[in-house]
This record gives sequence, C-alpha cells and structure tokens, in this order.
Amino acid sequence: MTDRTTSPDDAGREPEAQAEAGTEARSDAEPEAGQPIVQLRGAGKAYGNVRALHGVDLSVHPGQVTCVLGDNGAGKSTLIKIISGLHQHTEGEFLIDGEAVQLSTPREALDKGIATVYQDLATVPLMPVWRNFFLGSEMTKSPWPVRRLDIAAMKQTADTELRAMGIVLDDLDQPIGTLSGGQRQSVAIARAVYFGARVLILDEPTAALGVKQSGVVLKYIAAARDRGLGVIFITHNPHHAYMVGDHFSVLRLGTMELSASRADVTLEELTNHMAGGAELAALKHELAQVRGVDVAGLPEEHDLQAPLAASKGKS
Amino acid sequence: MTQATAPAASSSPPASPAAPKDGRTSERSLARRLAARPEIGALIAAIAVYIFFFVVASPFREASSLANVLYEASVMGIMALPVALLMIGGEFDLSAGVAVTTAALTASMWSFQLSMNVWTGVIVALVVSLAIGAFNGYMLVRTGLPSFLITLGSFLILQGANLAITKLFTGNVATDSISDMDGFDQAKSIFASEIGIGGVDVKITVFYWLILAAAATWLLLRTKFGNWIFATGGSQESARAVGVPVTFTKIALFMGVGAGAWFVGMHILFSFNTVQSGEGVGNEFLYIIAAVIGGCLLTGGYGSAIGAVIGAFIFGMVSQGIVYANWNPDWFKAFLGVMLLLAALVNLWVRRQATRR
Ligand SMILES: Nc1ncnc2c1ncn2[C@@H]1O[C@H](COP(=O)(O)OP(=O)(O)O)[C@@H](O)[C@H]1O
Ligand SMILES: [Mg+2]
Repeated sequence: MTDRTTSPDDAGREPEAQAEAGTEARSDAEPEAGQPIVQLRGAGKAYGNVRALHGVDLSVHPGQVTCVLGDNGAGKSTLIKIISGLHQHTEGEFLIDGEAVQLSTPREALDKGIATVYQDLATVPLMPVWRNFFLGSEMTKSPWPVRRLDIAAMKQTADTELRAMGIVLDDLDQPIGTLSGGQRQSVAIARAVYFGARVLILDEPTAALGVKQSGVVLKYIAAARDRGLGVIFITHNPHHAYMVGDHFSVLRLGTMELSASRADVTLEELTNHMAGGAELAALKHELAQVRGVDVAGLPEEHDLQAPLAASKGKS
Repeated sequence: MTQATAPAASSSPPASPAAPKDGRTSERSLARRLAARPEIGALIAAIAVYIFFFVVASPFREASSLANVLYEASVMGIMALPVALLMIGGEFDLSAGVAVTTAALTASMWSFQLSMNVWTGVIVALVVSLAIGAFNGYMLVRTGLPSFLITLGSFLILQGANLAITKLFTGNVATDSISDMDGFDQAKSIFASEIGIGGVDVKITVFYWLILAAAATWLLLRTKFGNWIFATGGSQESARAVGVPVTFTKIALFMGVGAGAWFVGMHILFSFNTVQSGEGVGNEFLYIIAAVIGGCLLTGGYGSAIGAVIGAFIFGMVSQGIVYANWNPDWFKAFLGVMLLLAALVNLWVRRQATRR
C-alpha cells in the first residue's frame, strides 16, 4: 500500500548526515537514549504538485526535546501533521517504536501515545472550555443504559489542570472562543499534556503568547521532558528553542538545513541559521547604508556557511 | 478510546481549593446566563404568539384546540428533532420531507403487493429509511461535497421514485388502502392512536414527540456522542484532530433523520390508510425553519433539541391559530417567514450577548 523509496534500514542506526551540496550538516552522532519513539527517515510530503517537505530525518527520544525551527512556510506544520496522523507522508519512512507505520487518522496517533497541539486547529470556538478540554477523550460514568458524561469530574479536572498551567478562568462554561488567543493555546497545551502519554507535539505554542505565558509553556515543556516524554517543539524563536531543546533541526524550504544536538551548536549559530544566514548578511549591507542602525552585532556572510541559493529578491 | 493513560500532569502542584478568581470578569448575571441558552429567543417568541392568538381567536382558548395545535406541532416536531441535531452537526438534509413519503409508500406497497402482515412493511420501510440516511451521510463524507448539493440530489431521486414506483404498482398516484390487512389495527394503535386526557383526545404522536425531545436533549448534553455533534458542527477539522470520529458522527446523524422520517411516515400511513405519492415536498424547509427558530445556527455547532420543540410548537400555533381566527390560510407562509426572520435576528443578538467578553 505504501511505496517506499528507501528500503527499510537497520532500525537502530541513525541515518548518515545528508551530504547535499552546500548544506552544513553536522554529525548526527548524538548520545543515543535508547530506541527513538518516533523516527522519520527521508520523509517527505507533496500537496499535489507542491513539494512541502523533502528528505527529512528526525528522531524523538524519550526524555528529550527535539526542536524544529524554520521560517514561515518552511514545512514545520506539514512535518508534524505527518507524525500526528492528519496527513500521510508521500516519500520516505515513518517509524513508531522502530516499526514502519502509515497513520490514517489522528485517533491512531493518539492511541499510540502521540498528542498534538495544532497551531491552527486547537479548539472548537463555540463549545465551553471544559468540553473542549476533554473533547475526543470524554470521561463517563455509570454502565451503559444510563452511561453519561461525568460533567462534575471533567470540570474539576479541567479547572485543576488549567490552574496548574497558570490559567485562571472564572467560568469554565464560557465558550472557548471568548478567551484570548494565548489562553486558548494554553488550554490546548494543558489538554495535550494531560492526555499525552509518550510524545507531545507543540506547533508554535509560544507564537501567540506574551512573555509570561511563554515562560509557562517552556516550563511545561521542561516538565514533560523530565517525566520522560519525548517532546517535539516547533517554533521560529531560537531563544525559546535553546532554553529547552536537546536537539535542533532547522527546516528551510521543505528540506533539513541543520540537524544538531545541543552540544554541537551555540545559540548564535542557531539564530543565524534561523534568520536565513545569507539573507541576513545581505540585509546587513543594506542597513549599513542607513544612518542610525547598528549593524556591528550582525554576522558577516563568511560567518555563515548556509546555502546562498535563496539570496534572490535583493537588488 | 482507552483512558488508561495516567494524568500526566500529576507533578504539577495541586491547586488550593479556594484558588483566586481572575477577578476581571464580573459574575455573569442570571439574565445574561439565561440569554446564553440557544432556545431562549424562541421561548419568548412562543409566548408572544400564544398570547396573540389567545387574544384574537376565541376558539384558540379551548383545550381541544391546544390538543390540535400540539398534534400539528408533533408531526412536524418529531422530524425537526433529528434535523436539528443534524444542523448542530453542521449539515442539512433537503431530502427529509420526501423521505417521510418514501417510508410510508414502502411500508404500504410492500405489505399490499405481497399481501403480507403490515409489520413486515413497517420493518422494510425502516431499513429503507435508514439506508437513505446512510447513503446521504456516506456520500457526504466520501466526496466532501456540501450536504446541500448531495441531499438536493437525493431529494430529486426520491421525489421522482415516489411517483414513478407508485404508478408502476398501483396505476395511480396514491397507494391502495391497507386498513383491512393483518396487523393494521395493532400498528395503528402504536403509530396513530389517541389518548384521552381530561376529556380531550390527544394524539399519541404528541407523547412520542416529547419523549424523543427528552432523549435528544440527553444525547446532546449528557453523552460523548452529543459532544461529538457539537464539535463536528463547530469545527470539523479541530474535532478530527483531537480524535473525534467525525465520519461516524455525520453518518449517524443522517441515519437519525432517516429514522425520524420512518416514524412520521408510519404515522401518516396508519392515520390515512393510503399514501399520496406526491406528498412531503417542501416539508424539509419546515423542519429546518423549526430548528432555526429554536436557535440552531445554520453554520452548525450551536443549538438545542428543546429549541426545535419550541420551534415546532410555534409552527403548530400559527398554522392552527390562523384557522381559528378565521383568516385566509394563505397567510400562514407569510407569518412563518416573518417568524423565521425575527428568530434569525434574535439568535444573532443572543449569540453576541452570550459570547461578549
Ligand atoms: N493543505 C495544503 N495544501 C497545499 N499546500 C499546503 C498545504 N498546507 C501547507 N501547504 C504548503 O506547504 C508549505 C509548508 O507549509 P507549513 O508546513 O504550514 O509551513 P510552516 O508551518 O513551517 O509555516 C507552504 O508552502 C504551504 O503553502
Ligand atoms: Mg505552521
């Protein structure tokens, strides 16, 4: 049913660093923490003729935070939608516990212990907060003929979990659409953490949040990691990534530009990669022409070995 | 569906029981919270319509008139309930009106042509009705086309088939009377009898209607499936993403409309003994109107079963009240149109109030 382009490799072996021309691929020989829970090998996804993702390798180990960074449209959401069962990969391999899988619904991913907070589909706006919190995993009580939702327990649990997350709501019965974007995101994260058994995926959870709430989310990520969950943290903020990350993957135009463990990369290097090195250097030259802009701190082009392919559009 | 996964956030500090409130939102007043109920606008309208006809039409005040109003409302209301659930789930069914006739025709002709006990026809009609609902639902989830288009198709198919097949077997536009067939009296007592209350004969459909309304309310507010209906209608993709079986929910809702069509079809068959094959066209809009007057959102994700009951009751009051007031019955549709627009405006206002921060 699935046409694989690569033959199944030895499950334990990390794929070789991608030797694409111009790509600065660091050695992937990070300390192995047992078998990865989730692994992608040369995975890719095409939406019709749009190749949104190509040749991506990624492993998620228990007790580690894997950060996926990249600019808007780099393919980050596409990547996690494959892992969470919302989309199917069209090339490469996707393994859970070393077994090749092709998930067809998010329910399958949830049943395998992969919980996801989506950037764009986190909640159902007109439903009360507590119903959103338990949507798809409702608590019930009593045997069948009178089997019914355990509303009191759900409200109680939702309240406790949300308070633990630093979200205090007066009325869990209000439609979640009346909350601010950050509060909605926090509810969705609290839900995923509550139900997330083994792998927690967060798609740009801090993008819509203020400083304090971002801090709360990062603390939550660290707490989840300490409990032994594998976390995939997607962001375009390298500072947030570097605070909690164990491994960093930078996506650029659908391909993996950098894959490095924490020991092999500094925050500065990460930031430069993120910013699209060459473009930033070109920007520096332009800004240097404008009085009053301090460009001393920006990197020069030779500081970065990023591909020069994307330096179009600049005069 | 296992909930065996231990709550992962157990390491977080337990919130103190008297944890502070946010404090910025004042406690919503009782009136405001009442206004957030989907059916409150319809309730106000129903009271207004009742008082109006009570004043202008003296026969309307009698108990037997109320029984008639309730009967009108119940035949419509039994269908309005599954249609309302379907609308909360985000879809329409334009074939619901003719599907009632299809059910009645199927039961009638199956029993008559094969000279079998009417109960066999009743069972066959149930299977056919559920199959029509399943077909609508399956086509919808397979193709992703809007339900308007798919059920418009099945509406035309059923309307044509009702007439053509009836003519084929009976050579007429109506079916033959089945009143002297085996099992008729028993089936009539189940589907189309009357129960006396305080000297007034009340049609049995009124009781079925209220029982079904209670069951639908329970389903919506107290079961997982109800949660899935709201979520599927409110945001299908979000619902799917958190593991709600959206496909199952939609097909089940369409089959619910099929079951309602079967029930009302049986009532019509055993009330009149014969079935007019061209009946039912246009009723699908009455069901939708009852649901909308009752506070269901056209775009899905919001509404109630009680609202659909009140919507059907308004329909019954208007259709009977105009007769008791000795007006030209042609005014009925005009009145209904005004009610619909008013309801839509009230719903809009109510929802703005309810979701105001
Ligand atoms: N459903 C879709 N159909 C077609 N193209 C899509 C779809 N989703 C995403 N894309 C395209 O795939 C690319 C990557 O998108 P996405 O994964 O959402 O990026 P990111 O999350 O990194 O901002 C973009 O060019 C986007 O236009
Ligand atoms: Mg994205």
